[in-house]
Amino acid sequence: MSGAGAREAVFPTRQVLGQMKSKLKGAQIGHDLLKRKSEALTKRFREITRRIDEAKRKMGRVMQIAAFSLAEVTYAVGGDIGYQIQESAKNARFRVRTKQENVSGVFLPAFESFQTEGNNDFQLTGLGKGGQQVQRCRETYSRAVETLVELASLQTAFVILDEVIKVVNRRVNAIEHVIIPRTENTIKYINSELDELDREEFYRLKKVSGKKERDAAVAEKARLAAKKAAAEREVEDDIETKDMLGDQDNEDVIF
Amino acid sequence: MAAPPTAYKDRQFLAVIGDEDSVTGLLLAGVGHVNPPPDSQKNFLVVDAKTETSAIEAAFDNFTQHRKDIAILLINQHIAERIRYKVDAYTAAFPSLLEIPSKDHPYDPDKDSVLKRVRRLFGD
Repeated sequence: MSGAGAREAVFPTRQVLGQMKSKLKGAQIGHDLLKRKSEALTKRFREITRRIDEAKRKMGRVMQIAAFSLAEVTYAVGGDIGYQIQESAKNARFRVRTKQENVSGVFLPAFESFQTEGNNDFQLTGLGKGGQQVQRCRETYSRAVETLVELASLQTAFVILDEVIKVVNRRVNAIEHVIIPRTENTIKYINSELDELDREEFYRLKKVSGKKERDAAVAEKARLAAKKAAAEREVEDDIETKDMLGDQDNEDVIF
Repeated sequence: MAAPPTAYKDRQFLAVIGDEDSVTGLLLAGVGHVNPPPDSQKNFLVVDAKTETSAIEAAFDNFTQHRKDIAILLINQHIAERIRYKVDAYTAAFPSLLEIPSKDHPYDPDKDSVLKRVRRLFGD
């Protein structure tokens, strides 16, 4: 993101540097894994969209056939049976249940159609005439609805995958464009701070050693001066001890 | 992320919003279900030229939001056209919304909201 500015608020120490380095490594591994997940999901997603396209076309054909068979029924029964059927519908014979399928950690529900046995709301439909056509129409429509259920599960998978792929991509991008640069910036910052501290430390040591040298030189000079002074005093002492009486000007009187 | 199991566990019926012929055919297949009294709700709605758009909208909302036992909502494409803004805005996974052709109106893939999304995603 934004240049050298964005970094985490940390105290620049070696320990934090280690933490940041492991964090960077973790972020890179996570990024790779998420990218791979996103690719796997996208592959699946493309397959599903292709199948949806096919299934939609198939549905168009199947529904056409079904509509035709209904027309046959209307003709055979010799009247409109819609009202009768709408009124006699009570319990769904055709139901769906959902099961799950796991695609790279994403649960995709899939519908599965099943027919409950032993209940038939339309036993009397077409009793007078056209019973055979009604039967055939029911079968045709059952097949059509099975196609529809298949299509619906594809579509649900499509919707869920779409959402999941968006989330995963968002995370991939967040890691790639925010977290990794920020961690790198933090590492750079800590390194520069540590270098600065190093230089400071070096300069300080140099200063200290310089001062020590100077002090040592002064001390040496003082010591030498003291030594010299002592030597001179010794010489003087030597001279003084020549004559205890201090009258070396006077000649010794020899009797 | 993925929907929790509770979001679709109890969903086992199909709902239909369609013209008379489509509804009749689908009912013949056995999708029709009427809840036991007192609130006997049907899971299908017959729409003809006289049906108000608001009635369709109400049924759509009822099937998609209020009822928790609908797994798939089938709606005729020409009826979906009448409440197109609602159909396009609907993005939830459950119940799954399916536009089906009717006898008088052949299927047009370009109007389907899901296929529109597919096209948009792949940019063609």
